[in-house]
Amino acid sequence: MTVKAWLEMAIHDAERRGLPELKPLLEALAKATSALRTAEWNADATGDDLESRVPLDSARDRPIPESRNGR
Amino acid sequence: MAADPHTIAELARALRARETTAEAVVERCLQRIAERNGTLNAFITVFDAAAREEAREADRESAAGRHRGPLHGVPISLKDLFDVRGAATTAGSRVREDHVADADAPSVAALRGAGAIIIGKTNLHEFAFGTTNEDSAFGPARHPHDPSRSPGGSSGGSAAAVADGMCFASMGTDTGGSIRIPSAICGLVGLKPAVGELSTDGVVPLSTTLDHIGPICRSVEDAALLYDVLRGGRPRPEGKPIDPRALRLGIPRTYFMSLLDPQVASAFDAACVRLRDAGATLEDVSIPHAGDIAPIYLLIVLAEAAAYHAKTLERRPEDYTPNVRIRLEMGRYVLGEDYARALRGRELIRREVDAALEEIDGLFLPAVAIPAPKIGVAMVRVGSVEEPVRNVMLRCTQAFNVSGHPAISIPCGATADGLPVGAQIVGAYGDTPGLLRVARAVEAIVAERAAAHANYLGPGSSR
Repeated sequence: MTVKAWLEMAIHDAERRGLPELKPLLEALAKATSALRTAEWNADATGDDLESRVPLDSARDRPIPESRNGR
Repeated sequence: MAADPHTIAELARALRARETTAEAVVERCLQRIAERNGTLNAFITVFDAAAREEAREADRESAAGRHRGPLHGVPISLKDLFDVRGAATTAGSRVREDHVADADAPSVAALRGAGAIIIGKTNLHEFAFGTTNEDSAFGPARHPHDPSRSPGGSSGGSAAAVADGMCFASMGTDTGGSIRIPSAICGLVGLKPAVGELSTDGVVPLSTTLDHIGPICRSVEDAALLYDVLRGGRPRPEGKPIDPRALRLGIPRTYFMSLLDPQVASAFDAACVRLRDAGATLEDVSIPHAGDIAPIYLLIVLAEAAAYHAKTLERRPEDYTPNVRIRLEMGRYVLGEDYARALRGRELIRREVDAALEEIDGLFLPAVAIPAPKIGVAMVRVGSVEEPVRNVMLRCTQAFNVSGHPAISIPCGATADGLPVGAQIVGAYGDTPGLLRVARAVEAIVAERAAAHANYLGPGSSR
């Protein structure tokens, strides 16, 4: 779904639910979503993406290190 | 008799030396709450009877030579997201008005085990979903220096309580800056440890992968002391104090320094001058995709908060404050593919913060881009730009919830009106002990100026 189509659907749904005050927030969310979708670091099924050059390995799996500056 | 204790470390020494008693200290804090809570609205619940009884018991134990731990007899408050057995955990919301916790959160149990006296539970932005503390079922908490202003948030009541002398420290939570922001704009020290270090069990969540708990207090020494207690008293790697001449700090100017109130910029620049004069090396570093941090943070926090609140948004929407309700509703429209993109961006930011920290001891940047805002103001002008207060207040802190690096705010000066300004130090991934050593060194250099503007009005203050 494109961001434009998503936004139209979301605003329509919010109005249907009696929440018209959501419209400006959804428009702000659409801008944030567009920024993420167009970021250069997104994965690309062709392999032509940032990850093919520098893998985005999960730092969460790293062990907590010993204090680095324990001098 | 020595001057009234200002920090936990000073109070602990005074209690052990029998220069004061826990009962006297608790009584002064309760008196301060009675005098000032009507103005500041910092506390939602005060455990006055229990605190008095626990204080008397602490004094009896001291007289018998028993010492529970480093917080023996120290009055501490909790943001009202932490479970206390037999008490309501309101989260600042009518949604939880019938809730009573059946056990202490592990963090609360650790504080009690070290001798802390839990004096009460503090006000907050409803469900921790905001930076000003304005949207609370209990009304806004107010800044001790100027009650027409916000003490920050979401742990605003905690910061107001500590800054005003109602307690010696408070436990807060930090999902995008909610410990560091109120600490900075109330002239306090606020520690967000590394992600996953301290248990968030028994604490009402906002965003399960971004939430942290940590202390709000009056010195880095106190932050370290509380951190040690909260991690179960396990030995912290000892390191020698850092010689300021060997201190190397990196300033991430791009993005973080591009939208600063001039008085915040001036106070931060002055702190940099003091550090350089002391022999520290300050150099510019880069986080290349810093401009993507805000949308990454937004999509993660919205989706995770919406998942937690979906059921009550359907069943009891009128029990939320209007602003928090509508932002939670926004989260229900985040698509799965965009949440996944945000998680991927998070790894990128984590890696870039790691890279920026190579070869240096920490990042050094302002904690909050503006001083304490007026209550009720939604937009703020910074230079030629007008931005939502919320976005501006999160700008310098949310990056390190996204990346998971430990970060601390310390006082570094004040505006012409005496409103505190905070600096932030960010440590290596997982290395909160190392961050605390760096922060001790920085505090020793910048604290002289900060102390002159300290917004502390309670016991130990001459004001």
